[in-house]
Amino acid sequence: MRVSRKRDGAVEVRLEEVEAAVLTSVATDLLELLGEAAAVDDDPLVAMVGLPSGPVDRPEDPALARLLPDAYGDDEQASADFRRYTDGDLRAGKRAHAGALLASLAPFAEGGRLMLDRAGQDAWLGCLNDLRLVLGTRLDVDEDTELDAISADPRQQALQIYGWLGLVQESLLEAMSRG
Amino acid sequence: MTAPAELDLPAVEDDTCEDTPWVAIVWNDPVNLMSYVTHVLVELFGYSREKATAMMLDVHHKGRAVVSSGTREQMEHDVTRLHAKGLWATVQQD
Repeated sequence: MRVSRKRDGAVEVRLEEVEAAVLTSVATDLLELLGEAAAVDDDPLVAMVGLPSGPVDRPEDPALARLLPDAYGDDEQASADFRRYTDGDLRAGKRAHAGALLASLAPFAEGGRLMLDRAGQDAWLGCLNDLRLVLGTRLDVDEDTELDAISADPRQQALQIYGWLGLVQESLLEAMSRG
Repeated sequence: MTAPAELDLPAVEDDTCEDTPWVAIVWNDPVNLMSYVTHVLVELFGYSREKATAMMLDVHHKGRAVVSSGTREQMEHDVTRLHAKGLWATVQQD
């Protein structure tokens, strides 16, 4: 994968078939993980503002909990109230990023050069970060985790994908900052 | 939009400053790239690159940094935006 900035501010991503396949696969998993927001209230007035009918629980899956974290470190009730009002929008925003990334990848299943406008760059950046948060949590990475060791161990292969996503994100950031 | 706080000022010791007693804190995590955290702070709060980089380094070295301060409502709004970007952020009373 090579990421470069064009004169008009667009960012070009050149990707191989296998890279498109990996990105498509992990972003599809992310969409599934994010799921739908909690059911909206039956009361038409409450439903009008799109609020869930009751408390929204903190996700049990640590990876999802990392995407949708508590807003208060020391106040469970305040965190629960906050979650009830923000969970739907937070999920929707992340789903939108993943959806935009998947849509931009769709014509390039065999690889190629895809162009990202500013909105596309933001969606890719956000989605790449969410993907790394999910994989990083699942793989329990810390700052010293060895990412590029070659091994047939499935965890090591997942770590390689995690490391590769970090490189893609870093080069996208670099291309975006060259404005 | 909340006005960025002057975070290089020493913390106010007494509680007379009642209009801005809440802060948004970003916590260190092993996943987010340093360059990404800086990018988010510039983009969300309009901080200079230098200021955003200093905050990011505080997060990295000290484990956490206050990235904005204001009313509780403003801080909840800021934390919502930080969560949307994938940063690990919390609201608390200063």
